Amino acid sequence: MKDVMLNPVLDRYSLVAIFAAMAIYTVAFLVFVWHLSRLSSTSKKMQKSAPKLERSALFILITAVLFHGAGVVMRGVAASRVPWANMYEFSITGSFVIVAIFLFAWFVKEIRVIAVLVTGFALLVLGAATTNFYVQVKTLMPALQSYWLVIHVTVAVLATAFFNIAAALAVAYLLRNWGRLKKSKAPALQLVKRVLSVFPESKKLESLSYRFNMIGFILWTFTLVAGAVWAERAWHRYWGWDTKEVWTFIIWTIYAGYLHATATRGWTGARAAWLSLVGFAAILFNFTIVNLFFKGLHVYSGLK
Amino acid sequence: MSLRSDVTHGDEIRSPKLGPAGWARWIWGQITSMRTALLLLLLLAVAAIPGSLLPQRSSDPNGVTAYFQANPTTAPTLDKLQAFDVYSSAWFSSIYLLLFISLIGCVLPRTRHHWDALRSEPIDTPRSLKRFPAYLAKPSKQAGVLENFAEQLRRMRFRVKVTKTSVSAEKGYVRETGNLLFHVSLIGVLISVGIGGATSFSGQRVLVEGESFVNNLAGYDSFSPGVWFDSKTLQPFNVKLDKFVATFDLRNKTNIGTPLDFEAFVSLRETPTSKPVASKIRVNYPLEAPGANIYLTGNGYAPVLTFRDKDGNISFSGPVIYMPQDANYTSLGVIKLPDAKPNQFGVLSFFYPTKAVLKTGAFTSGYPAPVDPLVSMNVYVGDLGLDNGIPSNVFSLQVHGLKQVAGGKSGTKALTLELGETKQLPQELGTVTWDGLKRYASLDIDYNPMQVWIFLFAVLAFIGLITSLLTPRRRVFARKTETGYELAGMAKNDDPRLQGILEELVLGLKVRKK
Repeated sequence: MKDVMLNPVLDRYSLVAIFAAMAIYTVAFLVFVWHLSRLSSTSKKMQKSAPKLERSALFILITAVLFHGAGVVMRGVAASRVPWANMYEFSITGSFVIVAIFLFAWFVKEIRVIAVLVTGFALLVLGAATTNFYVQVKTLMPALQSYWLVIHVTVAVLATAFFNIAAALAVAYLLRNWGRLKKSKAPALQLVKRVLSVFPESKKLESLSYRFNMIGFILWTFTLVAGAVWAERAWHRYWGWDTKEVWTFIIWTIYAGYLHATATRGWTGARAAWLSLVGFAAILFNFTIVNLFFKGLHVYSGLK
Repeated sequence: MSLRSDVTHGDEIRSPKLGPAGWARWIWGQITSMRTALLLLLLLAVAAIPGSLLPQRSSDPNGVTAYFQANPTTAPTLDKLQAFDVYSSAWFSSIYLLLFISLIGCVLPRTRHHWDALRSEPIDTPRSLKRFPAYLAKPSKQAGVLENFAEQLRRMRFRVKVTKTSVSAEKGYVRETGNLLFHVSLIGVLISVGIGGATSFSGQRVLVEGESFVNNLAGYDSFSPGVWFDSKTLQPFNVKLDKFVATFDLRNKTNIGTPLDFEAFVSLRETPTSKPVASKIRVNYPLEAPGANIYLTGNGYAPVLTFRDKDGNISFSGPVIYMPQDANYTSLGVIKLPDAKPNQFGVLSFFYPTKAVLKTGAFTSGYPAPVDPLVSMNVYVGDLGLDNGIPSNVFSLQVHGLKQVAGGKSGTKALTLELGETKQLPQELGTVTWDGLKRYASLDIDYNPMQVWIFLFAVLAFIGLITSLLTPRRRVFARKTETGYELAGMAKNDDPRLQGILEELVLGLKVRKK
């Protein structure tokens, strides 16, 4: 670690790539919205043109994710290490993984409906990362100089991505089953109702959301155990109720509750979907508020 | 506490009049129901939140002290609610203990149930198959269809029961096995954590370069043992800090001053008579000593100072631990001289490894390595309060009631010393000499005999979790109908492959026909 040469020029290229990705994500987002409106149109002709539009949106999204990936890789090379040692890097890597996993799941037809949510979320994360979290390339502090940084954080990023997609599916599920909206006759809401009518069946959304949460939970459990193993090496104890450890535990418990809910009469469906959203809210809270404002050992935001 | 809804024992008893035994069973049923487990899990999540909002004695004792000083009215009330010891509090403990009682109550009957299921045949084929999540019916005049299905299902590793008119097959028993393993392992984790807390110890010791530490109670600066810990079990090893090396970045413009590595070069003697073995402790890479691990948790500077009275008698001489206050190691040290003549006095001192001057005129440090070091001192005269026998913190000086004679608003400038310099103290207090500069390492010496068990149970829980969530539990039924046959499938959780399996079975039939 003593002879690391950082490459600030490459870091600047990385930032340019991230900005380019953001611009292309914006286009992809708009085309996905356009596609949804075509799909829910009353005109047959418009509906027919929808799949074509979806294909172009997918193509644009793939272009965006390529730029995004290039930005992430360049940042890693510029720092000569894994690109997830502070909040900025975790944000760009995490959002990349979210979109990448979503694209891998593209073959599941019913998942495509959340493209708008996933693209929009990635855009938001990148916006926050570049404007609020950005720090220049830095070397790793001694506490992070461990192979556990690769194992523990990679799996945490993956878990977050799976939880994110599950939460988006839960949102779709809740919208689909929004009773008041269904009954409403307000003309302004008719368009929304038509859009919702092209959403996949709620059973399908529910089961897809369960699948992503389940994988997310397995990965999160691994993150927690690996974190404890690393904490023993770095901080001389496997668990010490540090603020980050507390929130990791809270998130784990919420999703454990979710898994039980999916098998409890009266708790499946909407309640489970809400739990999934509460869990994801806790993840966002853990990543933003806890990182920035709470005192603890995981102070790796790199921000002052 | 199970991932199956059909074991809610509470639902079985619904009679309006219950005797004591009935009530007990009813309560037990409630506690062990899934809904209770679910609610307890969510309650546990909520109960864990305050511990992240308020400082905790276990992880941040100084934060608790500061909170008490900042909120003198609310802090005692919060303390009564155990808000500063959330994770060992009565209310937090009762939630997780209830959760584990619920878990045990759920796992025991399920284990028996699963044990029976493992040794029995698949259930009888239900009368009507049409409403199953996967279903298909085909006309066929082929003979031996059922036997063919049974054969195929066996090859797919189903457990199969064949009757004259139907086939019943089941697969994925390991799902429940994994689920039980997960829950039982969690009990193992909890018990190991409990025993570990009682039998472990954690001690801290600060070593200045050249100092050594013997592993007995007197050797520690602070020591927190578990309730069952016996200090006689401490192995008498000896650790000497030969040298401490901190490397900071000087080459990368955007990264100047960032620590690259901390290395504590030590010699370890496993027993008082054995030869010292040279070794290195780094962050993330503790040293394994007999019966304990030694971790590097902090470091800083220890300027070597000598205080002499006006007759030249030494009242203090030695390295002083300075606590780093910022990333550039602006450090704060406290020296108390209760035996100084003519007055006892105390010194609040700052150390700047690379001195720089702020716009306000105050000193700061511009770089964490000692490129151009400076020590500044504020001197206080008065009763230091060390003679009344009340233990006081060596790292802080209570200046209340003392008179400042150098620095601040005292009228005399704070003393500043370069390395090797001697300066006169005010009010005939004598002189101070800065003789040298050493570094120190803060070491944590920890031992938890149950750690390996906690890890083992955690790994078992993880294996159980994966097995239980990723193995589909499927039932497939086949029956002869008047015109041909019908196939149906069901699964514990919804299973997108189910219909595919039925179609595969039909295909398998055709292949064989040819």
